[in-house]
Amino acid sequence: MSGKPKLYYFNGRGRMESIRWLLAAAGVEFEECFLETKDDLTKLQKDGSLLFQQVPMVEMDGMKMVQTRAISNYIAAKYNLYGKDLKERALIDMYVEAVMDLNELLMTHPLQPADKKEQHFATLVDKATNRYFPAYEKVLKDHGQNFLVGNQFSRADVQLLETLLMAEEYKPDILAKFPLLQSFKARISNIPTIKKFLQPGSQRKPPLQEKDVPKVMKIFH
Amino acid sequence: MAGKPKLHYTNGRGKMESIRWLLAAAGVEFEEEFIETKEDLEKLRNDGSLLFQQVPMVEMDGMKMVQTRAILSYIAAKYNLYGKDLKERAWIDMYVEGTTDLMGMIMHLPFQPADVKEKNLALIIERATTRYFPVYEKALKDHGHDYLVGNKLSWADIHLLEAILMAEECKPDILSAFPLLQAFKGRTSNIPTIKKFLQPGSQRKPPTDEKSIAVVRKIFNI
Repeated sequence: MSGKPKLYYFNGRGRMESIRWLLAAAGVEFEECFLETKDDLTKLQKDGSLLFQQVPMVEMDGMKMVQTRAISNYIAAKYNLYGKDLKERALIDMYVEAVMDLNELLMTHPLQPADKKEQHFATLVDKATNRYFPAYEKVLKDHGQNFLVGNQFSRADVQLLETLLMAEEYKPDILAKFPLLQSFKARISNIPTIKKFLQPGSQRKPPLQEKDVPKVMKIFH
Repeated sequence: MAGKPKLHYTNGRGKMESIRWLLAAAGVEFEEEFIETKEDLEKLRNDGSLLFQQVPMVEMDGMKMVQTRAILSYIAAKYNLYGKDLKERAWIDMYVEGTTDLMGMIMHLPFQPADVKEKNLALIIERATTRYFPVYEKALKDHGHDYLVGNKLSWADIHLLEAILMAEECKPDILSAFPLLQAFKGRTSNIPTIKKFLQPGSQRKPPTDEKSIAVVRKIFNI
């Protein structure tokens, strides 16, 4: 038993990517077990490893944890990325939940049927630039600090960076009107553990390609 | 100003209902300000009260909290309903995420077009009885305790009771294959704060009806 967390998911971003980011940012090495066919998923379901028959699943500290938020909350708290008290935790949760909402839009874009894609893209860009990014830009402006919460690196910073980079993949100039988010992006990207994760050869996964969509759909549907 | 928490939402269940349940179970009195028109929502947005332009929003302890899970987690932790350590917290989170998924399906049902409603109701019942309820039944069976986690009342129990009652509204005998959940339901409903919340006249909201669907559609443009 290696003792490293073991991640069970398909070989792609999906809902596991935020967990990979968080572990990497915390400097925690992890292993991955990729589901490549529906049979791989069925096997995990049949041997009782998946509490609600779903992945992500992370084997860690003697638990088979499921549910993205439960896993992320545990990792964040364990590695001191969850603020120093209840109020900081609440702020982190608020920021992270909104980032997850935006992530959901970004993540599901490749899965949209052809006739809905353009509308979905417009919604994604609208929400990012009119609802979410202005909120984070204001947070940084109001306190003038380097990190979102409590003048200390937290999960909120990690997850926001992940989303900023993902949004830029869809529209490279999406941060044009947000100077503080641009400098935030540069600053957080330079944190050693994150810098390492952003380099080729890390366990960070590439964006889902059109050609891989059918394969993913086949595993899960 | 200490004051009671103040909840901003429409006069209906939606995403705020779990928050009402948790506050009530914790014995915390709260006030509600109902959004009745689009203008009410715009006003909240324009005065900067909604971090991401969305409700639920709960004014509490000097904060204007948004995002349902952030609010629930804060309340749970503040009132000692979140377990005693990280691992108990992880289990509570896992269980709550499961009941959130189930209640989310039920919550969206009234807003769906008639042609998919029946199919989705069948899916809800299937998921409840083959994916979710078996998990909670087994958890109770395996440890033989009255509560899901740590032999103590937690957010997970309150959320599960809420989900059970909501599922029973879809199919009254939905717990027929789950004797331990039936006993759990009886027991948890009798906890004084919860018993009070389940009585007529409490701030618990009724199931979504046609009238409130129309109001919600108008306010939120859906």
